Order: sequence, then structure tokens, then C-alpha cells
Amino acid sequence: MSGRQIIEAMRPMHDRSNGLGGGFAAYGIYPEHSELYALHCFFDERATRKSCELFLKERFEIVRSEIIPTRKTAAITDSPVIWRYFAAPLRSVQDAMQLDEEEFVVRTVMKINSEIPGAYVFSSGKNMGTFKAVGFPEDVGEFYCLEEYEGYCWTAHGRYPTNTPGWWGGAHPFTLLDRSVVHNGEISSYDANRRSIEMFGYRCSLQTDTEVITYIFDYLIRVQGLTLGEAAGVVAAPFWSTIAGMTDAAEREQHRFLRMTFPGLLVTGPFSIVLGYTGGLMALNDRLKLRSMVVGEKGSRVYIASEEAAIRAMEPDAERVWAPAGGEPVIINVKEGCL
Amino acid sequence: MKCVIDAKGLDCAALNERLRRAEGRIEISGCLGQRFLAAGMSGKTIAISGVPGNALGAYLNGGEIRVRGNAQDAVGDTMNDGRIVVEGNIGDTAGYAMRGGKIYVRGNAGYRAGIHMKAYGDRVPVMIIGGKAGSFLGEYQAGGIIAVLGIGCPDRPIVGSFPCTGMHGGQLFLRSDCKGVVFPDQVSVGRATERDLARLQPYLAEYCALFGLDEAGILDAAFVVVTPDTGNPYKQMYVAN
Repeated sequence: MSGRQIIEAMRPMHDRSNGLGGGFAAYGIYPEHSELYALHCFFDERATRKSCELFLKERFEIVRSEIIPTRKTAAITDSPVIWRYFAAPLRSVQDAMQLDEEEFVVRTVMKINSEIPGAYVFSSGKNMGTFKAVGFPEDVGEFYCLEEYEGYCWTAHGRYPTNTPGWWGGAHPFTLLDRSVVHNGEISSYDANRRSIEMFGYRCSLQTDTEVITYIFDYLIRVQGLTLGEAAGVVAAPFWSTIAGMTDAAEREQHRFLRMTFPGLLVTGPFSIVLGYTGGLMALNDRLKLRSMVVGEKGSRVYIASEEAAIRAMEPDAERVWAPAGGEPVIINVKEGCL
Repeated sequence: MKCVIDAKGLDCAALNERLRRAEGRIEISGCLGQRFLAAGMSGKTIAISGVPGNALGAYLNGGEIRVRGNAQDAVGDTMNDGRIVVEGNIGDTAGYAMRGGKIYVRGNAGYRAGIHMKAYGDRVPVMIIGGKAGSFLGEYQAGGIIAVLGIGCPDRPIVGSFPCTGMHGGQLFLRSDCKGVVFPDQVSVGRATERDLARLQPYLAEYCALFGLDEAGILDAAFVVVTPDTGNPYKQMYVAN
């Protein structure tokens, strides 16, 4: 799927955002460098890029370094320096730090984002990339020339910031390794979640709530080894009364265990999110379903959006259009052999 | 007289402006997500093909809107009068705080249908849902009539979790024995009597006529009626008062 379709799908959703953030995540776009981490970075100025690059070279072999292509458009202004590196961790440094490869990359991203002023790594997965800016999503898509990318899976978001600044790093998706999150809503439990996740080495540095959801999924899935469904059971845990009413004893015990083990990672308040990862997507609503979400299908494609209209914009004849219940994860994996 | 409006390429402000100027029977084609359609209007007769955006008929003050397919969230938000007919499904928070008029849905409703519906004087809002309703049906209902019919829904229950939470007025009908449905302590739940159903009947007759359904067949089933339990009011939930 080309980025063109995704840009078009965002047009009827224009009124859902206010021009202070738009972004896309695309999977399968860098097949020629699929074994390398694609680090997408914002730098406030050239000197920051130079100093950040020196730091990166201490930890990575940089195979390719280039400006991310953009086109001048009247709608997108005040652009930072936008760069991407295709890089492989230096094994000697990684071994000396006694870390596995992914943890090494995560720590490097955290260090840059929290310690190098003006530098932000906003995408760090393999064979995927996030593209975001201050602007309406359809304009952001044009700005990044997304029609030139082909991927097997895309997410997109238009932001309407209400509590925090609209800045380039604050646009969605929020990405760590190959996991990206787009989020409609606001997290009531943000600071409890932030304090909880920062105990495990994460640093919330992007001035908005959604970033913590990305780190929570990274922690639960990559570090703790939970399945997507189990992670959903932590983030949007059922009410205790619902758990008490579960007739299957094993299911009841599992939900009790997840709530008892990860209480600080329960996300409350309104959210509908789409988590992207290598090979698929997971959609999830808060358990009270305070935000909307619609799923539709056509042929081998699955569509998820806040409104049916966005799905119809991409596929007028979408079938099986339905709304998942609050807290019910919808997991869609690309068919085997299609990656 | 018939007036056809092609919604393609029109944003919500432009489409609403066309609606305001249009007269007679109005047909909107190719609708795709435009919000606030017919908001605050009265006396219009509008049929919509495509997917109307959120808050369709918000503050509607009369007239009729018919949606040929599905409608999204917050249909009839705070509507005052008139009738909204949806041939497909309806999204979340349908009839949010409606205080008059009718919303008739042939298919299913999302979460929080009829939230904070209220009645005043001779204004009695009515919402009838043909299929199933999601969780928090009739949340904080303060007046009016809500009915869920469960037509063609073999799997039970016909309503999601936490129905009637915070209910303090009005009536809610479920065409079901409601086995396994948990209601809050502050409401009374019982088999609907003939007298209860007599209140619903004129609206049900109107609903069945609209969709070509057999009224007698629909009435020939168990109905449960839910009302606030005045003997067990909401006291000391937050403060001692």
C-alpha cells in the first residue's frame, strides 16, 4: 500500500485535529535495509546533528546517513533538521554493556532523547519508519512525500493537543524499536504510569502522555515477554467486578494475576489506540470505551479508524464494519509469508 | 419538490449551508464524515446516503432525518424535537442528553445510548433500537423512554455491561428476559405489565411502520421494564447529604 491512500483517508478526518500535529508509521518500507535499525531523528540545528552523530558513532556502525526527503509546502513551517540513519549496533560496545541488541538500542534512544538537548530519535525500528510534524496529517503526508513509500501496514494520526504543547516531537505515532502507538484520548493515570515505567529505565521526555503507552507495551511485550492479548489485559484491565464474574477459573486467575503484578501500568481515562509492530496491528479501547473505534474489512485488508467515514474513504465497500467493545483487543497479523 | 445535494468535496460548514438554503425533500448523496449535519435546524426533511459524521442532528429542533446506512457517534446530541431514523447501526452516545424528539434505529447501538436523556413538561424523548445496545445503555437517564428490541439477535444478552447506571428518571424497556444482565441497586427491574407497554406501544407502532416490521410479532415476547427505585435513592454516594 502506498502512502497516498493513507493521506487520502485522513482528509475527511481533518476536523478531528487542529493542525498542531500529524503523523504516520509505515511498516515494510525499507526492504533494502531490513536488517538495520532505521533511526529517524529531529535536530534543532546542524551542530546538534554533528554532536549527536559523534555519540551515535560510538555505539553504532552507520551504514547510511541522509536527510529524510521532504517537499516545501506552505502548510508545514519551522521544520527542524530531519535525518535518518540506517545503523547496526557495535557488537563490542553492546557486549561490554552486557545488553541484548534491542535493549542496547532502547537505552541509546532514551539517552539521546533525555540527555542531548535538541536531539530526538522519533523512530528506531527495522524496516519501518515514523514520519511526523506540526500540521494537519494530510499536509504532513505531502510534506514527507509519503506517496513514494510502499508498506504492508500503515497507521496515521491527527492531533488536537489540549493539555500539552503542539511540537514536532509531540506528534503521533510514538515509536520505540518497531512498536508505534497512535492514540485518541487522554490518559488520566499518566503520572502514575510515568513513575512506574521510569523505574525500568525509560525516560518520558516528549511532553505528552501517549509516549508512556509505547514504553509500557515495549516493557510488557519485549522485556516481560507477555503476548499482545496479555499486555492488553494489563493496559485496559477489566474491572474487578467483571473479573469476579468470569466463569472460566483460569481466565479469572490470569486477569487477577495481571492486575496484581502490573498495577502501575493500568491506563485509565479515555483512549483508543492502535499499536503497530512488525507483522501487524493491535487496536485497543479503554475499558469504559470513552473513545470510538471502528474496524472494517475488504478482501485481505483490514481497516481501523475512529470513524467509519475514514474507512469508507479508503474502501467504500468495506464489509463487516463493527465496533470492538471497551478493553477488547483486536489483533491483526499479516498472513504468513507476506512479510 | 426534491432537492439533491452531492456532498462530495463539501466540508461540514458548506454542506450545512446548502442544507439551510434547501427546501422540500432533501437528498444528500455521497456523505462522508461531515459533522453536525442539520444541527439546530427545524422543519427539514432530509435523507442521507453515505456516512454522516458525528453529532448528526445535534440540537435538532424539528423535522426528520433519515440515514440510509450507518450513523456515527453522538447522533441527536441534545436534540429538542423532530425524528431521526437510522436504517443501519448507530455509534456511541446516541441521543446524548436529548430532551425531546425521537431516534429510531433499525440495527444496533454502540456504547452509552440514551445517556442523560431527560423529559420536561410535555416533551418526552424516545429512542428505539432494533438490535442490540452496547454497555452503559441509558446511563444517567433522567426521563423519556428507551427501548431495545433485540430483533434477530439469537445470542443473549441484548445489552452490554452496566446498563442503567445512575438512572434517576424515565423508563427503559428491553425485549428480553434479561437473564444474566446485572443492573445497579438503585433501579427496579421487572416484567413489563400491559400498562407499561401501553406507554411504549404508540412509538413502537410508529417504529414498525417505518421499517415494515410486524408489531404484533414484536410485542409477542417478554419485555423487561427498568425504572429508578425511589425506595433506594442515590444517597451518600459521595457526601453525606
